[in-house]
Amino acid sequence: MKNKKSFAPQEAEARPSRCPDNSAFKQQRLPAWKPQLTIATVLSTFFLTGAFCLSVGICLILSANSVREIQINYSDKCSDCSKLRENSYNWNIECLCSVDFKLKEDMLGDVFMYYGLQNFYQNHRRYVISRSDAQLLGRDVNVQRSYCAPFTTYNNGTPMAPCGAIANSMFNDTIDLFYNFNSSVIQVPLLKTGNSWWTDKNVKFRNPQSHNLSSAFAGTARPPYWQKPVYLLDEEDERNNGYINDDFIIWMRVSAFATFRNLYRRISRKRHFADGLPAGNYTFHISYNFPVTKFKGKKYVILSTMVWSGGSNPFLGIAYVVCGAAATLTGAETEVRVLTGVLP
Amino acid sequence: MFCAPYARPSSTRLLSALDPSGPQLPSNCIKTSKYNIVTFLPVNLFEQFQEVANTYFLFLLILQLIPQISSLSWFTTIVPLVLVLTITAVKDATDDYRCCWLPCDAAPLSLCSLRQEQWMNVRVGDIIKLENNQFVAADLLLLSSSEPHGLCYIETAELDGETNMKVRQAIPVTSELGDTSKLALFDGEVICEPPNNKLDKFGGTLYWKENKYPLSNQNMLLRGCVLRNTEWCFGLVIFAGGLGRPATRPDQIQADEHRPIFGFLVCMGVILAIGNAIWEHEVGVCFQIYLPWDEGVHSAFFSGFLSFWSYIIILNTVVPISLYVSVEVIRLGHSYFINWDKKMYCAKRRTPAEARTTTLNEELGQVEYIFSDKTGTLTQNIMVFSKCSVNGHSYGDVQDVLGHKAELGEVRPVDFSFNPLADPRFQFWDPSLLEAVKLGDPHVHEFFRLLSLCHTVMSEEKSEGELFYKAQSPDEGALVTAARNFGFVFRSRTPKTITVHELGRAITYQLLAILDFNNIRKRMSVIVRSPEGKIRLYCKGADTILLERLHPTNQDLTNVTTDHLNEYAGEGLRTLVLAYKDLEESYYEDWSERLHRASGAPEAREDRLARLYDEVEHDMMLLGATAIEDKLQQGVPETIAILTLANIKIWVLTGDKQETAVNIGYSCKMLTDDMTEVFVITGHTVLEVREELRKAREKMMDASRSMGNGFSYQEKLSSTKLTSVLEAIAGEYALVINGHSLAHALEADMEVEFLETACACKAVICCRVTPLQKAQVVELVKKYKKAVTLAIGDGANDVSMIKTAHIGVGISGQEGIQAVLASDYSFSQFKFLQRLLLVHGRWSYLRMCKFLCYFFYKNFAFTMVHFWFGFFCGFSAQIGLDTGFWTAINHFFIWGSLAAYFAILFAMHSDGLFQMFPNQFRFVGNAQNTLAQPTVWLTIALTTVVCVMPVVAFRFLKLDLKPELSDTKQKTQHRCMRRVGRVGSRRSGYAFSHQEGFGELIMSGKNMRLSSLALSGFAARPSASWIETLRKKKGGEGSTACSPSGAADKTLKV
Repeated sequence: MKNKKSFAPQEAEARPSRCPDNSAFKQQRLPAWKPQLTIATVLSTFFLTGAFCLSVGICLILSANSVREIQINYSDKCSDCSKLRENSYNWNIECLCSVDFKLKEDMLGDVFMYYGLQNFYQNHRRYVISRSDAQLLGRDVNVQRSYCAPFTTYNNGTPMAPCGAIANSMFNDTIDLFYNFNSSVIQVPLLKTGNSWWTDKNVKFRNPQSHNLSSAFAGTARPPYWQKPVYLLDEEDERNNGYINDDFIIWMRVSAFATFRNLYRRISRKRHFADGLPAGNYTFHISYNFPVTKFKGKKYVILSTMVWSGGSNPFLGIAYVVCGAAATLTGAETEVRVLTGVLP
Repeated sequence: MFCAPYARPSSTRLLSALDPSGPQLPSNCIKTSKYNIVTFLPVNLFEQFQEVANTYFLFLLILQLIPQISSLSWFTTIVPLVLVLTITAVKDATDDYRCCWLPCDAAPLSLCSLRQEQWMNVRVGDIIKLENNQFVAADLLLLSSSEPHGLCYIETAELDGETNMKVRQAIPVTSELGDTSKLALFDGEVICEPPNNKLDKFGGTLYWKENKYPLSNQNMLLRGCVLRNTEWCFGLVIFAGGLGRPATRPDQIQADEHRPIFGFLVCMGVILAIGNAIWEHEVGVCFQIYLPWDEGVHSAFFSGFLSFWSYIIILNTVVPISLYVSVEVIRLGHSYFINWDKKMYCAKRRTPAEARTTTLNEELGQVEYIFSDKTGTLTQNIMVFSKCSVNGHSYGDVQDVLGHKAELGEVRPVDFSFNPLADPRFQFWDPSLLEAVKLGDPHVHEFFRLLSLCHTVMSEEKSEGELFYKAQSPDEGALVTAARNFGFVFRSRTPKTITVHELGRAITYQLLAILDFNNIRKRMSVIVRSPEGKIRLYCKGADTILLERLHPTNQDLTNVTTDHLNEYAGEGLRTLVLAYKDLEESYYEDWSERLHRASGAPEAREDRLARLYDEVEHDMMLLGATAIEDKLQQGVPETIAILTLANIKIWVLTGDKQETAVNIGYSCKMLTDDMTEVFVITGHTVLEVREELRKAREKMMDASRSMGNGFSYQEKLSSTKLTSVLEAIAGEYALVINGHSLAHALEADMEVEFLETACACKAVICCRVTPLQKAQVVELVKKYKKAVTLAIGDGANDVSMIKTAHIGVGISGQEGIQAVLASDYSFSQFKFLQRLLLVHGRWSYLRMCKFLCYFFYKNFAFTMVHFWFGFFCGFSAQIGLDTGFWTAINHFFIWGSLAAYFAILFAMHSDGLFQMFPNQFRFVGNAQNTLAQPTVWLTIALTTVVCVMPVVAFRFLKLDLKPELSDTKQKTQHRCMRRVGRVGSRRSGYAFSHQEGFGELIMSGKNMRLSSLALSGFAARPSASWIETLRKKKGGEGSTACSPSGAADKTLKV
């Protein structure tokens, strides 16, 4: 019988007891909760959810309605300039264009100025990857190894700074806003910095280190579609020049859809405009550089105020209202069924 | 012996004993592992890449290295792929290590040269010494043993499930090789048939000292047998090597999901590729000023082609690669819950349940058929003398002092201290029987005298008063032990005498004849002459047989005893009726003379003997009846009742006899008297079996027709399917089928018929089946029923069945670990099956279902976003969401680790990481800036509402309008749980696991030690063809395969 002992598992000697622990976890006795769907809970859930959704939806709609927004398609209005830009040989001919519009009521609070593009596929895969983040971080990198092609280097080997299709196609119209006040024209003061995200400005974009900016970009060339090199994007403000130029940063943040708007300027609330834009006649003075007709695109300039829930997007509010209404109706339907005795 | 893979597929094997220079024959190590250290990596990788998903991801990886196509960076694929491969590899390695290297060092053995060796080192041609109660390590040719004439007793329950003991004998020339010096000189050669799976047949020849000796199964000890009642024996290893490796079970979840998903993927890819071609043709051409086409792309069509592959990459999330890993992890968790379950821990054997494979947990919840072994699984294989009826008085009920029925545990067992020879392990609960013995009730005395005389048990007295009984069947052992404790101690026997201590007085009876047991007679008798000179015949046997042979004056007593018998049988006890008859001296002389002539007759010996036996066993006086309890494992009837309620069909497959099996069927409530009919199929030919099956089916159909559901019958008939007719059967039926009938029923043209008949029955019992047949039955159900099957067993004879079934369960903690090693789950009690199936199986299944639903929901939601976004981004395969590490995050998320999720998210959005890999982490800052906007949160809230509310509404309305099955079931369950009470009916509880031949063995004196007998002259008696008879009878009732070797054996004897 002595070999019978060796049949007993080895663990028996190692562990005195092979009995499993009597813990709640191991015995699967952890407390659990399974909601009981009774009439009271279900009905109250429906009505509470309905009430919540309806109130949020109404708030959203009201606040979205309080947003003042004006949108002007200036690629149509400046049709001459559009025509001119269709031919790329005219790239260095300046084209100015004025667009008048009238504000019927005041735009109070912070006013934001956007440019909008339609049918511009910033979300195309090859477009999205066509950039070198390392280069934009001010590093000396070989852009050949990035996805920037074909906007990496010129034929003579000079690398483009910044490289890639995104940077190359940067929106380069300049838009100024003038207020026609009592037959005098006042330029609306616009803020061109502080429009980008903090992380972009301080983390993701950095200029190459050098004693001045132009030497930092020595040995590189501007992208082919650009009129001036990157270190001349903003000659007045050292902290808004080169890669950390706000306009550039904003452009580099590609949009998810082919129709989009990017923040261009904010109205500086000074003097006449301390409360926002007063009602009256205004003029946009646009230096028209960015061609869009070639790909059947359109350009807009948009002035808008903001509320807590964002811009003038009524969708979320409507969705909340619909959803709340549905919940309430279902609750009511159930209630009726209960009362009439269809349900127990 | 189970189809072991051998190196040489020759039709004969030649081997010589103790010759190491011979051809390299396989060692005994059971090599079940798939890998070794060197081959692990390539073999395992090769196996893993046979998985469609893994290959797909390798393909993706290659695609992503093509820049024109790559829409995601390559590490998004390699990280999960490597993760999956690593985890699976580690799991495979541990599985392989754990399950496959364990058995090799299981048991040390003593070898001939008295070297201790491990099992695995035993080689063909070695000579092995085995000791009592040891497992036979390899297939051996018996050379010699401690018992006279090279006899040796084995128990083959592990192999064929039969519980009685069998005799093996060494061929006479080798039986003298009793010590090692003689054995060392043994240089015989054996030529034998190649290994096969027949347990009852063996053919071969031994060449030794220029003589030929034919070998038969009678000389063989098969691997897995246990040596009993034999101190030691020597054997020559004929076959070594072991069980094939455990079958890997197909994984159901992985098997069938790929095709539709890949189809779906390709569909989406094609749609988007067409979209891309159109877009590039219409819009992209104009947009070239800002975004020129890639080099080499000159047409919109080609661009569409590339975009197809890009989308195949992007939409990869729809193919659930992490599914398998996640599923594996969940299953592992479930396995641990099974291992940890306190309710499946057997304190007595100190064995917790063990989930040995992790892949089958959820299938436990879908089991429809359970195939169970009997001995060791349903029963403990312990026979207990439980009740008896003497002279119309029933003893054995558990009673308290006042004579009321009491529960076990409230009363103390009867005290046998008056008897110094009593067996301390024997327990009896009714003191009135002992009272009756002490008061000297002559009937009771005669009753126990019969029990102490009429048997074939051998006794062994190692020291004074320390008796050991060697019984060939546990039933007999129980009866003789009972008599021993009640003061009628069977002390010793010689071929001519039986010595009994009757209440302290030693009385030697002269043994005149043993009228041996066989299956037709179903009884055995002894004729003894008492010291006073009276000749008396004592007989015990089946009630159906014996009650007809009683003297008519017994009528009243018979009626009372019959009532008792019914009562016992109703409790599932195995009953025997005892009777005696006084013989006239002259009559006996005459009869004995005729017997002597008959046994010497050259032909028709059997018939003549049977007629003589018949003649003398007549007009007997009824003494009483015994009831033996074949002890069930704990909680077996309850478990079976509950599993039946769960609509799980239980089939018992046992190697035991029909009576025994049916008896157990009743005692564990598989068969009840409420059943409309129990069909017994015992046909010996194809036609008989077919006829019996047909009749059974007709009866069932007739009954259901007459039950008045003719409408449903007509309706079902129109669907032309016989199965559905049988499934709609009203009433409860059971089917009992014998091994030899089963062999016919399993033939290709009848198996469907058999299966349909069997499946229409509530319970199916297959008796006298071989291990191979067990596997065939399981295979049959698997093949036609498409149901999940479970096999449970404890011995080596169940291994094939356990391996064949979808799920194999081994009963652990007993002798023998073959079943456990082959099983997927192991625990020590049958009753744990209930918890395994109904709790763990159910929970695993439900959890896995929920997990899969959420998993696919998540994957599809994520993928469909990309599909949708394709319509807005010019079908350019731009991803709509930042998926930098989607897959990796996915894993952590699935694994329930929200903390890890956020930690990684924050890390990824940290400025530091961006500094290191600016090109990969261009999304830095997105999260902070977007999450700061209230719109995002409002959208999330709205989405939650939109997603949750319809579900709540749906659930609630469904609960009321269309309640689920489980809701209604819960209400009705209590009604169904009523206990099945049994009404006594005329039925024989007789089930005696006994075998013919031992009577002759005893009368011949062959198995008696000469020293204890001092009967040197006796051994030379010419009637020593007992072993031949033994074997022939065995062969006659089992299979007809033995005849050639039997003939050879005979020539040897002559």
